[in-house]
Amino acid sequence: METAEIYDVQAIRAQFPILSRKVKGKDLVYLDNAATAQKPVGVIDSLVHYYSHYNANIHRGLHTLADEATAAYEASRMTVKEFVGASSPDEVIFTKGTTESINLVAHSWGKAFLNEGDEIIITSLEHHANIVPWQMIAAEKKAILRVIPINDDGILDMEAFKSMLGHKTKFVSVVHVSNALGIINPVEEIIRLSHEFNAVVLVDGAQSSVHLDIDVQTLGCDFYAFSGHKIYGPTGVGVLYGRKDILESMPPYQGGGEMIKEVRFEHTTYNELPFKFEAGTPNIADVIALKAGIDFIKTIGKPAIRKHEEMLLAYATAKLKEIAGLRIIGDVKNKVSVISFVIDGVHPQDLAILLDNQGIAVRTGHHCTQPLMHRLGIVGTTRASFAAYNTLDEVDLLTQALNKSLKMLL
Amino acid sequence: MSNHKNITTIEQELIDDFSLFETWEEKYEYLIDLGKKLQPLDPAFKTEEYKIKGCQSSVWIHSFTKDGLVYFEGDSDAIIVRGLVGLMITVLNGQPAKEIVNSPLDFINTIGLSSHLAQTRSNGLRAMIKQMKLDAGAWQVNPGSKNVQ
Repeated sequence: METAEIYDVQAIRAQFPILSRKVKGKDLVYLDNAATAQKPVGVIDSLVHYYSHYNANIHRGLHTLADEATAAYEASRMTVKEFVGASSPDEVIFTKGTTESINLVAHSWGKAFLNEGDEIIITSLEHHANIVPWQMIAAEKKAILRVIPINDDGILDMEAFKSMLGHKTKFVSVVHVSNALGIINPVEEIIRLSHEFNAVVLVDGAQSSVHLDIDVQTLGCDFYAFSGHKIYGPTGVGVLYGRKDILESMPPYQGGGEMIKEVRFEHTTYNELPFKFEAGTPNIADVIALKAGIDFIKTIGKPAIRKHEEMLLAYATAKLKEIAGLRIIGDVKNKVSVISFVIDGVHPQDLAILLDNQGIAVRTGHHCTQPLMHRLGIVGTTRASFAAYNTLDEVDLLTQALNKSLKMLL
Repeated sequence: MSNHKNITTIEQELIDDFSLFETWEEKYEYLIDLGKKLQPLDPAFKTEEYKIKGCQSSVWIHSFTKDGLVYFEGDSDAIIVRGLVGLMITVLNGQPAKEIVNSPLDFINTIGLSSHLAQTRSNGLRAMIKQMKLDAGAWQVNPGSKNVQ
C-alpha cells in the first residue's frame, strides 16, 4: 500500500471529538491552535483510563495501583526524552507548562549563578513568559536584561546580537518560533554564538515543539521549554529539558515532598534528578496523557503534518492577500503555519467577535507580546494558526467569513 | 418632566427592538451602526484619566451633570464596543445618579449580548458599566463636583 503518501485529514479529524461540535449554529472552524491544540481521543481516553483504573500517588506507594501509575508516569518521561532527543530521562523535568519551565530556570539558575552587572539576552519577539521572569531575577540580582532588535518584518538583527555578546553575557533565552507571527528564529546560530562566550542558552519551544523536529543535542541548547497542551496533550503539564550537568549544579526551585532524599530539622538532602525539581505530588494524570499527545504526532509523523500545514499556510496566505487593505505581519519565508494580520480601519476585536458568530475561532490582540506589538507600531493582530486537522475548506470558510465581517464593519 | 423615561422603560424598549432582530447579523449591524453614529468624544477626554482599559480595546467614558441628572459621553477604538458605549448611553443618559447606581441593567442578558460580550475580559462592557456606575455614585455623593472620577 502507498498509504504513507496519503495524508487523510478526515481520518485525523475523526480522532478529535470537539471538531464535530457547532458554534452559534455553525460548524466549528478552529484556527487558534497556537494558543492551544485540540485533543485527540487517545489523550481524552488516557485521562479517563487513569482516573478509572489506576489513580494513585506515584514513586513511593508499594501497592499495585501506585506501581502502575508510576510506570505510566515514567513511561511518559521516556516518550518526552525521545521526543526532544535528550540523552537521559533525568534531563526531563515535568512542570505546569512553558511558563513554569522558564521561571524554574530563571529563579534556580539565576539565583545560583547571576551576579551584579551580568547580562541576560532575550529577543524582541518574546512572549511575556520569557520576559517577565528575567526582569524579576535581573532586578533581584542587579543584572542587565538586553533585547535583540528585529527589522520591520520581524527578523532578528543577528549583527546586533553579535555585538551584544561579551564576557558579561551569562544567559541567552530565546523563542524558537514567535507565537505572534510564526517566524522561526535561527536558534542554532544563536546557541553556537552564545556558547563561544560560555553563556547558557534556553530555547522557548512553546510553538516550535509541535511543528519542528526537535533534537536538543543537535540544537545544542542547554534548556528547552515547552507545554503539553500545544502538542495535542492536556493543559497543566509542561516540560523543561535541561542538560544534566547544569541541572545538577542548580539549587531546587521549590521545597516539599518528592524532591528530598532525607529530611532532618537540622538539614535536608535533596533527591536526584529529575525529582529534585518535581516537588510535591505532580500532575500525574496529565503527564501520563501527554504521552498520548506525543504518540498522536509520532503516528502521523511531524514531516507529514508539517507538509500539510505548509500547504494550508501557503493557500491561506495567498487567499488573505486578496483581501483589500489586509497586511500580513511577519510575512517571511521561514515560518510555521501561523498568519498574523491587520486590516486598514478595522480593530482586531471587532473582527474576532464577528468571526466567532460565524463559528470561526481565531486569536486577536497582542498575543502576550506587548513589546513586539509596540515595536511594530500596532495594537494587535488577528491570528489564524493551523494544525494537523485543519483543511483547505476551513481556509475558504475563514476568508468568506472575513469578507462578510468587513462588509459589516466598513 | 412628563416625557422623562426611567431606566426600566428604556431597557424594555431596547428589549423590544432587539427582539425584532432575527439574525445575529442584524443585531451586530445595529450595534455597528450605533457605534458609527456615536457623537465623537472631545479629545480632551480621551486621556488615561477617562480610559477604561480592556484587554483588547480602549474605552473612554466621561460624565457630567445637568439639572441634577447624570450624562455620559464616550468612545472606543473598536466599533462594536463604540456601539455598546452608545447603547449604555441610551439607557443611562439623563437619569438621576441614584437610579443609575441601583439599576441591575438586566437588559444586557435579555437582548442576548451577555454571552459573548460581557463574559470575557477581552471586551470592556463589564468594566464600562462598572465605571458608569462609579461615576454616578460619585455624582450622588458630591453633586457639585466637576472633577469626578
